[in-house]
Amino acid sequence: MAGVAVSTTINGDDVEFLCQPDETLLDVLRDRLGLTGAKEGCGTGDCGACSIILDDRLVCSCLVLGAEAQGRRVETIEGMAQGDKLHPLQQKFLEHAALQCGICTPGFLIAAKDLLAKNPDPTEEEIRFGLAGNLCRCTGYDKIVRAVQDAASVMKGA
Amino acid sequence: MGFDPRYLERNFTSVGTRPIRPDGLDKVTGRARYGADFNMAGQLVGAILRSPHAHAKIRNIDTSKAEKLAGVKAVITSADLPDLTDGNSEMYAILDNCMAREKALYDGHAVAAVAAVDARTARKALKLIEIDYEVLPHVTDVDEAMKPTAPVLHETVFTEGVEPKPGKPSNVAKRTQYGHGDIEAGFGQADFIVERSFKTEQTHQGYIEPHACVANANSDGTAELWVCTQGHFVYRQHCAELLGMEVSKLRVTSSEIGGGFGGKTHVWAEPVALALSRKAGRPVKLVMTRDEVFRASGPTSATSIDVKIGARKDGTITAASATLRYSCGPYYGMWAELGAMTAFACYNLENVETVGYEVLVNRPKVAAYRAPSAPMAAFAVESAVDELAKSIGMDPVDFRIKNAAREGTRSSYGPVYGPIGIGPTLEAARNHPHMQAPLGKNQGRGMACGFWFNFGGQTCTDLNVGTDGSVSLAVGTMDVGGSRASLSMVAAEELGIAYEHVKAVVADTSSLGYNDMTDGSRGTFSTSLATISAARNAIKVLRERAAQTWDIPVDDVAWEKGHAVAKGEKYGNLPALSLKEIAAGAGNTGGPIAGHSELVADGAGVSFATHICDIEVDPETGATRVLRYTVLQDAGKAVHPTYVEGQYQGGAAQGIGWALNEEYIYGKDGRLQNAGFLDYRIPVCSDLPMIDTQILEIPNPNHPYGVRGVGETSIVPPLAAIANAVSNAAGVRMTHIPMSPPRILATIKAEQAG
Amino acid sequence: MRYERPHSMEEAVGLLTGSTGTTAILAGGSDLLVRMKGGFTEPDLIVDIKSIDGLCDIRQTAEGFSIGAAVPCALLGENEALKREWPGVVEAANLIGSKQVQGRCTIVGNLCNASPAADSVPALVAAGARASIVGPAGRRTIAVEAVPTAPGKTSLAKGEIIDAILLDKRPARSADAYLRFIPRTEMDIAVVSAGVCLTIDASGTVTSARVALGAVAPTVILVEEAARILVGTKADAATLQKLEEACSAASRPIDDKRGTVAFRKQVAGVMARRAATIAYARAGDR
Repeated sequence: MAGVAVSTTINGDDVEFLCQPDETLLDVLRDRLGLTGAKEGCGTGDCGACSIILDDRLVCSCLVLGAEAQGRRVETIEGMAQGDKLHPLQQKFLEHAALQCGICTPGFLIAAKDLLAKNPDPTEEEIRFGLAGNLCRCTGYDKIVRAVQDAASVMKGA
Repeated sequence: MGFDPRYLERNFTSVGTRPIRPDGLDKVTGRARYGADFNMAGQLVGAILRSPHAHAKIRNIDTSKAEKLAGVKAVITSADLPDLTDGNSEMYAILDNCMAREKALYDGHAVAAVAAVDARTARKALKLIEIDYEVLPHVTDVDEAMKPTAPVLHETVFTEGVEPKPGKPSNVAKRTQYGHGDIEAGFGQADFIVERSFKTEQTHQGYIEPHACVANANSDGTAELWVCTQGHFVYRQHCAELLGMEVSKLRVTSSEIGGGFGGKTHVWAEPVALALSRKAGRPVKLVMTRDEVFRASGPTSATSIDVKIGARKDGTITAASATLRYSCGPYYGMWAELGAMTAFACYNLENVETVGYEVLVNRPKVAAYRAPSAPMAAFAVESAVDELAKSIGMDPVDFRIKNAAREGTRSSYGPVYGPIGIGPTLEAARNHPHMQAPLGKNQGRGMACGFWFNFGGQTCTDLNVGTDGSVSLAVGTMDVGGSRASLSMVAAEELGIAYEHVKAVVADTSSLGYNDMTDGSRGTFSTSLATISAARNAIKVLRERAAQTWDIPVDDVAWEKGHAVAKGEKYGNLPALSLKEIAAGAGNTGGPIAGHSELVADGAGVSFATHICDIEVDPETGATRVLRYTVLQDAGKAVHPTYVEGQYQGGAAQGIGWALNEEYIYGKDGRLQNAGFLDYRIPVCSDLPMIDTQILEIPNPNHPYGVRGVGETSIVPPLAAIANAVSNAAGVRMTHIPMSPPRILATIKAEQAG
Repeated sequence: MRYERPHSMEEAVGLLTGSTGTTAILAGGSDLLVRMKGGFTEPDLIVDIKSIDGLCDIRQTAEGFSIGAAVPCALLGENEALKREWPGVVEAANLIGSKQVQGRCTIVGNLCNASPAADSVPALVAAGARASIVGPAGRRTIAVEAVPTAPGKTSLAKGEIIDAILLDKRPARSADAYLRFIPRTEMDIAVVSAGVCLTIDASGTVTSARVALGAVAPTVILVEEAARILVGTKADAATLQKLEEACSAASRPIDDKRGTVAFRKQVAGVMARRAATIAYARAGDR
């Protein structure tokens, strides 16, 4: 099987890698590029733990081939904070204890970031449906929703 | 002087506040390392071949083709994991479950494994392993498995706990019985009796992180294991025993854990990874797929429960009995027994009897799931209690308050209760605004109570004071829900310093003495005991150093608010020495300052909760919507109230999923049909409302701060609370969990048809 | 295994025609990658059609709409003109999977995956949508209901690719709606579903209707009896009751992990009745 050479942009940096044609972008990120923030909870697009943003679209990186990243822009959890300054969502997740085990947290943060980019002032229902593609088994979602609400109000004020 | 764990009322400085968890930053930036986030140089990829049959004799395994495939470095079968269990049936079951020996006992049972240079090669190699199976009749349903005509899983199993010993083998591994009084006499005094049968389907803990480990076994008999687990000391013990290693030569490091809820208390693939590494002579990484997690790691029991409760017109329960049948998977467990113990634990009963049957079926080996076995028993009992209250014409809360267990009550499982929280949570529920909120059309309100024992157990901590006065705390219980924060708070509280100056870590198995795993809601209870004990030992050293500095007797040095203070008029001029000052001088006063503690944490206070929920039922489709949910639970003392709330909410959410949609669905062929998050339907964000919580604090007399475990009880009441709400919304009594739309609609239609 | 990213339909058709092994067309990948992950398919050639000119666009023409085969469903929901004209099709497309899946999945993929439970298909069938197909023999256009022939099977010949879904220009006082039943609020496969498209006259009388049901037969079914019941009425309660019964009667579902025969038959009727009520109200608003 011949490898595919890919040039892409990840969190603003130019990146080149070689991958197998059937290798998912999630496997490329985790196993080839050392970006293990995206998690594999299911590998079938049902849990959202591997969420990334691909050219301004929220996607599951387990449902994208590494080869498809050619010439595109990839944003992962590793690029969410600006230097040592956390994104307001990251800060609010900490303050609200919106995480317990934390395995779903990178996916939730990426999905919430995409949600607030498209809808800066969501209702509780919009947040709940907007984040329905991300499974959390620890929190019952209560504190996650509150953290997103709080982050939205902080970001609007900024 | 030994450690005195008795409760003493006090004012807290750190405990009860809500600081940010120490592991939080890594978790929001993607830097936290979980089971699958670790790699070793030269590591191979492991993969496991699993039986497609529910029950089959393994006549032969031919691995020769797989071994010849380029890139394959090791292929193992049960022959590479020889039986070293020496008659220990519990360990044998773990071994046989990790790698099937004579028979494959469920769809997903491991039968062989490979280690190869990459995942693709490993998968290809699995396809080249040829297994000659003799497919046998199977049984997956708990009631079917008890029938005399059922296929028997093990010819060696004769029901324990019955006299005389049965002459024929069966799938009923054990019968247990609990209770006191005379139930026949009690039912004779009853004016009203409710008698019903219930079923609950099998559910999975559903942690988002699949099992993952990296094993590195060396030819000198040493090995390392990086793994996501709730108990790395237990994993070390089990792996070492199964592989014939000296325990201390296996170093196990626990990764961050992506959820466990009981499912990561048991080794599944770790001994296999070690055996592969030993054979290949290279590190092996083994990560389960989601499909494997569902098919081959421990779900909870499916159950079938009969309940009978009688009461007088005045609402006094005169007798209660239950027969509980719990599936165990193919190996014996004490799941029905736990159900039998917990079933009536909320009540003050004169006459009570529960009987449990452990039933073997061709399904995965059952593992603990948050308050294991209690939710199903509570579903049956609390549904019947609600129905009984209704027949008497009493409010269900008042009926429960009248019969609630209290201090001095002899529990249905034996012990006499100390101060407990069932009455107070019920009173709080009665006074909660949720109880008065209006309900609309097709909406109903339900409530239910729940109990869990809480465990203690072996615990060991090290507390080291740095030369700058900061403190590192090494604990051996995995942090599954924020315990590094709560234990840092406890250390800060006891030492009298700020939380920010304490850093807690989970130490590996070579750095600390043995710890039981984080289960039974023991993490914060038992490790805070050990932390308080270690801190007090460190304070003793700190006082000695101060005494030495001042050249006065140590008995004249007290520890107050983080300072050594010379007691008595005669030392009036001595300024107090802070922990920081004493630490700075440690090099000249005797060297490093530390406190250690090894103890068995006894007296974990029992835990009770009451839940209230409102449900809307669509009578045309059977669809349900959770409108409002409230959890009221006794925490003893909430060390970090936000994380306590998180435990209450998380348990309730899991219970809601169990009540409404989650279930293992088997085909006639005995194969699991929904081994994925698409069709094993755990609640998504839009399924739930905010989950309101109320923390009650009835101090545990056996803990200096009054702490009780809080992790598990919250999953106990939801099944019944929702069943009662559905009953009130739709006018039908649901007796089969999950109450999926097809089941609810069928029940409504049957009711309409009369 | 080979991954190719052609830039024209001719190139794509040529790649598929020239391949001797198993081929797969990749647009959103939300079905294909799941099947690959599960080991159900190991294609020798993957043809990624997203770089083909026009396949990622929604075009509004004099005849109606042309939705490119690689347009992610999320884009349908962001197209105000399409939402206005074909609300049922858009709401169906926007029910597939999560926001994450929405960013990738396509209605053509949903159609060609040929699942009886596909969300967008009953809505497309009710809408009278057509599939534009390019293949070695040139271009042809067929009704969408002629594409899936059985679970997992389509009528497409080797080398054929659907390049777009065509929706007609909407007449006055006409609207569609789609409803499905799932046990959760999101993330589930439809247990049953119904798409209804209808047109009314100035007096509110239904002049034409199409009613399609999903997950009640091996392929999505068009219930002509239900359409006949609607036409000539004002979708009053008695008519809707008859429509519900006709849809339940037309359903030929199976028992499986997602639902029972009895449940599906009952709820198919309920979904159809509710979808017809919504479509009728929408038509009146236009």
